[in-house]
Amino acid sequence: MSQPPKILVTKIGFDGHDRGSRIVAAYLRDAGMEVVYTGPWQSIDDVVTLATQEDVDVIGVSSLATDHLLLPKLMDALRAADLGHIKVVVGGIVPDADAESLASAGVARVFHPGSTREDIVGDVGDLAREARAGNAVA
Amino acid sequence: MTDNPMSDGPIGDAPVQLPLPGFDAARAEWRQAYAEQIGEEGTVRNRSGIEVKPLYTAEDWDGSGYMDDLGFPGQLPMTRGIYPTMHRGRTWSQRQLIGHGLPEDYNLRFRTILEAGGNAGSLIPCNSVYRGFDCDEVDPVLLGTCGAVVNSVDDMDICYRDVDIGSISTALNDPLPFTLLALLLAVAKRRGVPWTKITGTSNQSDYLSHFIANHMFYRLSLPGSRRVLLDHIDFCQRQVPGWNPVSVVGQHMQQGGATPAEAMGLTLSTAIQYANDCLERGMQPDQFLPRFTFFFDISMSFFEEIAKFRAGRRIWQRLVRERFGASDPKAWRFKFHAQTSGVDLTRQQPMNNVARVTAQAMAGIMGGLQSLHTDSYDELSSVPTEEAARVAISTQNILCEEAHLTDVIDPLGGSFYVERLTDEMEARIEAVIARIDDAGGMYRAAEAGIPQIMMGESALAFQERVESGAQTVIGVNKYEVDEVSDAATPLTRTDDAVMGGHVARFEKFKRDRGQQAVDRALDDLARAANAAPGTPEANVFGLSVAAAEAGVTHGEICACLRRELGNGEPLVLA
Repeated sequence: MSQPPKILVTKIGFDGHDRGSRIVAAYLRDAGMEVVYTGPWQSIDDVVTLATQEDVDVIGVSSLATDHLLLPKLMDALRAADLGHIKVVVGGIVPDADAESLASAGVARVFHPGSTREDIVGDVGDLAREARAGNAVA
Repeated sequence: MTDNPMSDGPIGDAPVQLPLPGFDAARAEWRQAYAEQIGEEGTVRNRSGIEVKPLYTAEDWDGSGYMDDLGFPGQLPMTRGIYPTMHRGRTWSQRQLIGHGLPEDYNLRFRTILEAGGNAGSLIPCNSVYRGFDCDEVDPVLLGTCGAVVNSVDDMDICYRDVDIGSISTALNDPLPFTLLALLLAVAKRRGVPWTKITGTSNQSDYLSHFIANHMFYRLSLPGSRRVLLDHIDFCQRQVPGWNPVSVVGQHMQQGGATPAEAMGLTLSTAIQYANDCLERGMQPDQFLPRFTFFFDISMSFFEEIAKFRAGRRIWQRLVRERFGASDPKAWRFKFHAQTSGVDLTRQQPMNNVARVTAQAMAGIMGGLQSLHTDSYDELSSVPTEEAARVAISTQNILCEEAHLTDVIDPLGGSFYVERLTDEMEARIEAVIARIDDAGGMYRAAEAGIPQIMMGESALAFQERVESGAQTVIGVNKYEVDEVSDAATPLTRTDDAVMGGHVARFEKFKRDRGQQAVDRALDDLARAANAAPGTPEANVFGLSVAAAEAGVTHGEICACLRRELGNGEPLVLA
C-alpha cells in the first residue's frame, strides 16, 4: 500500500466513554496509520458521510454500553452507499451471542477487553489492506 | 510504654522519639540481608507514581504528629473517619446500581430490595435518558438495555408504585437538568408526600466530570450547566432540605485513566469550583457544604486507595475551613460513595473478578467509605446477569458481616506504610489542586483541556504497563488459559413488543395531558433560562419541577434547555 491505512475511530448510539477509543486511536497512529477520530454519538448517517469524505479503509466502532446493537444498521447503510468494501470492527463490551450476530451482519472483527496492541494494530492493518484490494477490484 | 515501636509491646501514650537504641545497626543488617536475597530490583511505583519501598519503619512515621495528622474519628483533621463511631456504629449503605427495561421492571427490583430489609436504592435510567431523549425519539433497539426507560411523571409513579417515597433514600443517576428528581417531586406532590420528606442524592450532578470524562451524561453547554447546577442547589436547599444536590465525581476521571492521586485532586478542585460558584450566588458555606457528597473509584491498588481516601478527608476539612470558612462540623465531613473498578476487571476467566471486587471493596471499607457499589463479575461481557448481581451483593454482606472488617475504626491507622503513603498521596493530590488553581480553577482548566490531557496520558501510560507486563493482569498478560467463553446467560432484553407497548403508552400519556398547561410550563421554563438567575421565578430547576407536574416529559425539558442554554458538546481530544 502506498498510502498508509486510513481508519475512522468513532462511537455511535448513546454512550460516551472514550478511554478505549482514545487509546486505540493512539496505537493506530503510532503504527503509522492515518486516524480520523470523532466524538461520541455519531448517527449512522454521520459515519457513512465521514467514511465517504475521508475515503477510509476501516471503521472502528467503540461500544461499551450496548450501542453495538446498531451495527447491523451501519453495515446496511454502508452497503447502500456503495461502501461495502470498508471493513468494520468493533471494540468494547460485546456479549458472545451478539458477537455471532454481528459477524453474520458482516462486522469483520470484535475486539474484546484484554485485546493487545499487537492484535489490534495487526488485524486492523490487515483488514485495511483487504479493504483496499477489494475496492480496487470493485 | 516501650521505646521500640518495632517490638511486640504496645506503643504507649508518649510519642516515639528517634533515634531508637539499636535501630541503625538492625536496619543495616536487614538492608544487607534484603539486598543479598533479592538481587537486582527496579524501582517499584504505585499508580500515582509514588515510589514504594520494601519496608516502612518508625523512620517513615514516628507518631509524633499524631494529633496534627490523625486525631480521633469525627474530629479534625478527619483522617481516621468522619464520624466518631464509623462502621462500628453504622455500616455503609449498599447502593447497587439498578435499572433496566420498563418502570415496572425497576419497581419489581426495588421492592425486592425493600423486602430484603433495604431502605435505599439507586435509579439507573436508560442511556437514551442520559442523552436527554424520550423513548419515542430514539432507535428502539437501544431502549432499556442499560437502564430503565423513565420519561414521564407516570413512569416515575410506576417506578415507586407501592413504595412510600417519604421513607426511602434514593440515589438518582440524574445528570443536569435533573429531570428525574423533577419527576420524583411531581410524584410526591401527586401523592401528598411533603418534599421535606424526600431524601437522597443527585448522582451525576457533576457536569464538569461529564464534560471532561464521562460524556454520556453531558447535556447542556458549560455556562448553561453552571447556571442549572446552582439553581438546583438553591432550590433543594430551600424546598427539599433532605436531598444532597451535589455529588462530586472522581470515579469518572479515574475510570477514564487518571491515577488515584490525579482523580482525587481533580475531584477536590471540582468541589472548590462548585463551592466558589455557590458563594458567588450568595449562598452560605455552612448551609451548602454539608450537602456536598463525593463518589470515587476503587482500583486494584489496595493500599494506595486506602491512602487516597484518608488523604482526601484530611485535605477536604482543611479546604472547607481555610478557603470557605466553614464552621459547622457537618461541613468538614468528606462523605463518599465508592464503586469498585470496572476497568480493572477482565473478560478472561470472569470468576477471577469476584476476587478483584473483594480486594477493591476491602480497600474502600478500610478507607472509610459511607456507601458502596460492588461490580458484578460479568460486566466485561454484558449487562450483569441476576446471578452475578447476587454475588456482588453477597460480597458486600460477607465483608460486612463475616470478615470482621468493621470491628476497628481506621484499622490501618498507625501503619508505618499507610501513614507515610497517606502523606505522600496528600502531597501529590495537593500538587494537582495547585495546578488547577493556577489554571484559574476547574471550570477554566476543563475548557482548556488540562484534565482531559492529564487523564489521556495516564491512561496510555497504564495501558503500556499492561502491554509490557510491568502491570500484571491475571488471565490477560499472565496465567492465561485457553477457555471457552463463559456460558452465562445475559440479562434478556425487554421484548420488542413489550417495549413497543411502553412507547405507545408514553405517546398516549402525551396525547391525554393538558396541552395548554404543558405549553405554558415550557414557556415559563424557557423564560427562566433567559432571565437573570437568583430569583425563584428564574430558577430553572424549580420551573422544571413545575413542568414535570404539568406533564412535561424528560425529553421535552432537556430539549427546551438545550435550545435556551446551549447543547453540551464535550471537548474531545485524541
